[in-house]
Amino acid sequence: MTDTTSGLTTSDGRPLKAALLAAQSKARRRAFLLVAPLLLFVILTFILPIAYMLQRSFENDGFSDSAPQLAAWFAEHPDGSEITEGAYAALVADLATMQANKTPGQAGTRINYTVPGTISLFKAAARKAEDLTPPYKEALIALDADWAAPKLWAAMRSASTSYSADFYRVAIDQKRGEAGDWARGAERERIYIYLFVKTFILSAIITLSCLLLAFPIAHLLATLPMAKSSLLMILVLLPFWTSLLVRTTSWIVLLQQQGVVNNILVALGLIGDDGRLVMINNQTGTIVAMTHVLLPFMVLPLYSVMKTIPPSYARAARSLGATSWTTFRRVYLPQTLPGIAAGSLLVFILAVGYYITPALVGGADGQLISNMISFHMNKSNWSLAAALAAILLVAILILYWLYDRLVGIDRLKFG
Amino acid sequence: MALPTYASPLEKVWYYAFRVICAVVFLFLIAPILVVIPLSFNAEPYFTFTEKMLAFDPAGYSMRWYDTLLTLGSSAPDGPRDSGWWSATWESATWIKAAKNSLWIGFWATILATSLGTLAALGLSRPEMPYRRLITAILISPMIVPIIIIAVGMSFMFAKACVDSGSALGTILGPFLSNRGCLANSDLGVIVAHATLGIPFVIITVTATMSGFDQSLIRASASLGANPRTTFFKVIMPLILPGVISGALFAFVTSFDEVVAVLFIAGPEQQTIPRQMFNGIREQISPAILAVATILVIVSILLLTTVELLRRRSDRLRGVTGR
Repeated sequence: MTDTTSGLTTSDGRPLKAALLAAQSKARRRAFLLVAPLLLFVILTFILPIAYMLQRSFENDGFSDSAPQLAAWFAEHPDGSEITEGAYAALVADLATMQANKTPGQAGTRINYTVPGTISLFKAAARKAEDLTPPYKEALIALDADWAAPKLWAAMRSASTSYSADFYRVAIDQKRGEAGDWARGAERERIYIYLFVKTFILSAIITLSCLLLAFPIAHLLATLPMAKSSLLMILVLLPFWTSLLVRTTSWIVLLQQQGVVNNILVALGLIGDDGRLVMINNQTGTIVAMTHVLLPFMVLPLYSVMKTIPPSYARAARSLGATSWTTFRRVYLPQTLPGIAAGSLLVFILAVGYYITPALVGGADGQLISNMISFHMNKSNWSLAAALAAILLVAILILYWLYDRLVGIDRLKFG
Repeated sequence: MALPTYASPLEKVWYYAFRVICAVVFLFLIAPILVVIPLSFNAEPYFTFTEKMLAFDPAGYSMRWYDTLLTLGSSAPDGPRDSGWWSATWESATWIKAAKNSLWIGFWATILATSLGTLAALGLSRPEMPYRRLITAILISPMIVPIIIIAVGMSFMFAKACVDSGSALGTILGPFLSNRGCLANSDLGVIVAHATLGIPFVIITVTATMSGFDQSLIRASASLGANPRTTFFKVIMPLILPGVISGALFAFVTSFDEVVAVLFIAGPEQQTIPRQMFNGIREQISPAILAVATILVIVSILLLTTVELLRRRSDRLRGVTGR
C-alpha cells in the first residue's frame, strides 16, 4: 500500500504526497495572509493596550519615584530587619525632596491605599522635614507617633519597589494590619468586593428578566407565519439599531418622578401625587434600562434555536396524552436550552461590563464595577483602575471561554 | 400557531393571555423609543406630556428644541436667517460641529474596519485556514471585552504612542494626530479605537454571508482562466457585497453611537454627538436632547430598513429561502 502511493508522482516528477503537502501549506499560507493585516491591527490596537494596562496595574510609581533614598535603604536591608536611624535619615531626606518637588501628597496617596489616613501624615512631616535635626528617629516620632507604626513601614517597603502586586490587594479590600501584615480592611473600607458581587448579582437579575421577557416573544416570532413574524421582528431589531444614549434618555424621560410613567400612574389614581415612585437614579433604573438595552441580545439567539424546533414534536406529545404543561416542560423547554444558554451568557457578559447606562440612570447605588474603574481613572489612580479592570477582564475571559465551549463563537449572529 | 380544535377552555384562556403578554413585551421594547418623538416637540421645557399636548392643542407643540440645535454655541444665533446666518451656524453651532465630527470619525473607522474585516473574513471562511477558532476568538473579543477595559488600556497606550513631528511618519500622520504628535486627544486615535470596536461586527456579518458561499465557484472561476483578482471582483464580491455593506453599516453605527472610548482617549476637539448627549444628560438635561434623540431614531429606522433589504437580497442571491 505504502509502496504504491509513494511510487505515484506528479507530471513534473515530484512524489504525489510531497506535492499535496506543498499545495496544502501554500493554501494555508494564503488563507492566513488574508487574515494577517487585521490580526496585526487588532494586536496593535487591542491586545497591546490591554497588555500595557496589565503592566500598569503592577506599576508602583507614586511613592518609589519620590523616595529614592528610602528605597535604597530598603534594598540594602532585607525584609524583617530593624528600622534603624539610617532608615529615618533617608526618609527625612526624601521628605525634604518631596516638599521641594511638591510630591508629598502623591506619595501619601500611594501609602494611603494600604494604610488609610497617611496623606496628612506625609504632608505635615514634609513641611517640617527641612527643620528636623538628628537623631531623626526621635524627631519624626516626636512629630507624630504614627511614624513608628510597623504597618506604615511595611507599606513603605512594598511601595518603594517599581513594581508590586499591592493594587490587587487593595482591589480585594486588603489593608495593612497593625503588625504590617495583610488583613481585611475595616468594614466601611470594604468596597470593591462588595461592588464586584453587586455587579454580578445585578447582571444575573438583568439576565433573568431578559430571559423571562424574551422567551414568550421569541416563541411567538418562531411560530407565527413568515409575513407576520418579519413585521414583529422589526420591533425587536429597531431598539438594537437605536443609539444606546437615545434609549437611556428615553428611560430617564419615562421613569423620572415627573416623568411619563409616574404621570400615568397618578392620572389612573394608582398612586397619589405625593407618592410618586422613585424609579431612576437607583438600582431599579439600572435594571429596567439595561434589561431593555440587552433584550434583543436574548431574543435573537432564542429565536434562532426555536425556529429549528419542529412543531410536530409538541403535537406528538399531546397525542400521546401529555398535558400542555408537561409538553412544554418535558418536550419544548429542553429543546430551547441551547438558545437559553447562548442568550443568557451573552447578556450576562455584556451586562457585567456595562458603563454608560448605570452611569446615567444608576444614581449612587446602581453603579457597577465599570463605573468604579472610570472613577479611579478620573482621579488619576491609574494603577488601581488598571488592577480593577484586570480582575474584571479575567472574569469576562472565563465567561467568554465558557461561551465558546458551550455555544461556539461562530454561532454569533445579528438579525 | 393557531389554536388547535382539541384545546381545553383553560388552554384557550392561556392562548389569549399569551398574546397579551407578548404585546406587553413588544410595548416595553418599542415604547421608550417612540415616546421621545412627540416629547421633542414640546413647547415647554419639560420631559413629560403637558395638558396642551394631550389635548392636541397646536400651542402645546413647537419646533423650538430643533431650533436650539442650530443656535446653541453658534457665533451668530440671532438675526435673520440669511446665507450668513447659515454659514455661521454651519461653522460654529455645537451640535452641527458634533455631527460633523461623528460623521468624519465614523466614515474612516468604517472604511478601516470594513476593508480589513472583509479580507480577514474571506481568509477565515477558507477551509484551509489554520488556527481558525483561536484567531476568530481574538478578532471577536473587542465585542466581548467591556469597552471600559479597552478604553482604559487605550488611554494608557495612546498617551505614549507619539511620533516626532519632524520624522517622515510624523509628516504623513501629522494632521490626524494631536498637537504633540500623539494618538491620545487625536482624530486618528478615536478612528483607530472605533475601527477596533467595529471589526467583530464586520467579521460576523461577512462570515455569515460566506457560510452559504460555494467555495467551488472559486475553483470554477480559476479553471475558466480567471486570475485571483478577477475572481475576487467578478465572482466573490458581487455575492458577498450585501454582507459587506451590512457589516459596514454595523461598524458605522458602532462608531456613531460610541462614547466610552471617546470619553477616555479623545480631547476637546473630538466632540461627537454621543459625547455631547452624554454630557448633556449628566449636566443639565434639556429637551434639545430629545430633539437629537428623535433625529437619531429616524436615522436608525432608515439603517434598519437598508440592512433588512440587503439581507433579503443576499438570501435570494445565495438561494436561501425563509429566515
